[in-house]
Amino acid sequence: MAVLNEEQEMLRDMAREWTKNEHPVGAWRKVRDAGEPFDADAWGAMAEMGWAGIIIPEAHGGSDFGWLSLGLVVEELGKSLAASPLIASALAASAIALGGSEDQKTEYLPRFASGELIGTLAFDESPRHTGLTASTSVHDGRLTGTKAFVHEASRAGLFVVLAQDGVYLVEKGQGMSLSRRAMVDMRDHAEIDFNGAPAHKLADGGSDLAQKILDRARVLTAAEMLGMCQAVFDTTLDYLKQRVQFNQVLSSFQALQHRMADLYTELEIARSAVEGGLQAIDSGFGVTEAAAVAKATANDALHHISREGVQLHGGIGMTDEYDVGFFLKRARVLEAAWGSSSHLRDAYAEMKAY
Amino acid sequence: MASTAEPEAKTDLDAFREEARAFLAENFPPELRGKGNLLSSVEEASEESPAEKAWRVAMGERGWGTPTWPKEYGGGGLTRQQARALEQEMAKVGAWNPIGGMGVMMLGPTLLEFASEEQKHEHIPPICKGEIRWCQGYSEPNAGSDLANLQTMAEDKGDHYLVNGQKTWTSGGQWADKCFCLVRTSRADKHKGISFLLIDMHAPGVEVKPIKMISGMSPFCETFFTDVAVPKENLVGEEGQGWTIGKRLLQHERTNLSGGGALASLNAQPLHKVAERYIGLGEDGKLADAELRVKIADFEMRWSAFLLTARRAMEESKAQGGVSDISSILKKAGTRLGQERAELMIEIMGYRGLGWEGEGFEEKELSGTRAWLFGKATTIYGGSTEIQNNIIAKRILGMLDHQ
Repeated sequence: MAVLNEEQEMLRDMAREWTKNEHPVGAWRKVRDAGEPFDADAWGAMAEMGWAGIIIPEAHGGSDFGWLSLGLVVEELGKSLAASPLIASALAASAIALGGSEDQKTEYLPRFASGELIGTLAFDESPRHTGLTASTSVHDGRLTGTKAFVHEASRAGLFVVLAQDGVYLVEKGQGMSLSRRAMVDMRDHAEIDFNGAPAHKLADGGSDLAQKILDRARVLTAAEMLGMCQAVFDTTLDYLKQRVQFNQVLSSFQALQHRMADLYTELEIARSAVEGGLQAIDSGFGVTEAAAVAKATANDALHHISREGVQLHGGIGMTDEYDVGFFLKRARVLEAAWGSSSHLRDAYAEMKAY
Repeated sequence: MASTAEPEAKTDLDAFREEARAFLAENFPPELRGKGNLLSSVEEASEESPAEKAWRVAMGERGWGTPTWPKEYGGGGLTRQQARALEQEMAKVGAWNPIGGMGVMMLGPTLLEFASEEQKHEHIPPICKGEIRWCQGYSEPNAGSDLANLQTMAEDKGDHYLVNGQKTWTSGGQWADKCFCLVRTSRADKHKGISFLLIDMHAPGVEVKPIKMISGMSPFCETFFTDVAVPKENLVGEEGQGWTIGKRLLQHERTNLSGGGALASLNAQPLHKVAERYIGLGEDGKLADAELRVKIADFEMRWSAFLLTARRAMEESKAQGGVSDISSILKKAGTRLGQERAELMIEIMGYRGLGWEGEGFEEKELSGTRAWLFGKATTIYGGSTEIQNNIIAKRILGMLDHQ
């Protein structure tokens, strides 16, 4: 764990307590069974605690605590698989903070900070993230194109859309249709067909605005994945300490001890990479590279830990009654989001010009 | 979160920086710029040049080779901030720390914690000045991973111990002046029968035989003790406390082994630069070997995550005022990555990465071969990777042994 300031420690402790007491994995189970995208009351409580405004400037109703602070909260939520539009909304807000006009900031950021408005990124157009390419086009302020697998889509009021010539804001309404895509993680995904939807460009972000948004998406997603790594690791370790076979607790077997030592090593290295990514955004130095490292490291760690988590739980790990399977299913969705490890390795080599 | 004390602290630090700059301008011989410290325990002792000696003496006098150690024992007495500033100022002019070796990495911190006042005053100043080379007498032919099985006996003869036995894998034993040794003072208890003893390598009855390794180098030795008389004042701590002291020393060793590996590679060229030279870029601007390109990117990304981990371990340890839990993964992860890097270097260079000696190879290529082979030792010595896994499982994760 990075060395935190007092403010950050308080924030993390608050998120940890709330998640543990008010929103454990059981809460997500209820949301899933009810067929809801997320628990609206829980989202209200998160906004009440100020989490929706952590990276929004104070002048626009946020607290401007920074990305490491937001990452701490997101990690805690990842531990309990709390379904919420926090990440998607924060990314949409950051797009406006980075590239919006003063008018756009004034119009949208306070509503994001209060949690009243939910936003999301609509960048990818194919089932695999392939970088910042888009065929979506805009003519006379009307945007047309199809966006695949948009996160938290059904309740979003504002879409941040990647088009051929830049990044646009599209409000929910005319000229678009949503088709739900039910995936293994049972979360809120949709394909969106834009057909002449009114769009406004984020014109002030410079030519690398889309890259900056993508970097933030990678790091924040990696923070959720880090929380998931930690949760699966912790429950698996607990299980090994309780389960008795051959008159011994499983944790006394060296074959399992060494596997857990390997997972612990991966988990801690992933923690360093994710915190490094968050700190890079806060400092503004080497962000794109740090973001690729953070996401790839989290991808690989969560992939391995979620597989081993199921294996080491044995048969009960395969049951819907146990939580560990939820993590496995959410893990693969997030691994695919904003760049698989193979995509990120290619992107990294390109950054270094080889 | 700027504290009000900060501006003043900054002024003090600025003043120190000036002092450091002046010292470096006066004492660091420019011809040594970027040459690095060759006084490593695993390489052969090369003859010290007059400039190197002058630089070592200057740093030693000031205690700045061991910047945060107490002044009264010859250290620099600097705060961590000052030590960091000194490091930065040294890096700016290409200066390096000429004071190193096992005395600095392992024994010094251990003596500071466990030794008597007399012992500290006798043994620490020569370490700070780089005058004495220490070696480590831990492993024995039948005590490797099971270190506590060691059999070298130290028999109580009143005013001295009479030491008999054999140590092995003594790094730099053939060049060492003294040895910090784990010996058995009692056969009654495996762990509580062990004591920590300082032995003069030039004393009668000490014999050293270098071991030739697969790399062709002989960085390790067998050390034989036959009726070696060691004064009682060379016992550190109490009789029977050797296992506790010895284990603490190993923590310093682990931290340094992984850190050392990291530092060594920091100065090295990035792998993709080497690959550009040996493999070349295709028309698309990508390395011509697509699979190797991915492997290199994978390595470099994991390496960068490892460096972040090493930094985090340091920051956490400072903030907590003790060794942080994740220090336990550094040796295992760092040595593994070091080996992967060496294997990739060979893959990149092809036959030229496998030269043994003579014509047709560059100096760098030849030393790469030796480094690749020597590097196989890193996951074995200093507590093998398997032992590190045991430590992580038991100490950090609380997984207990079979009952």
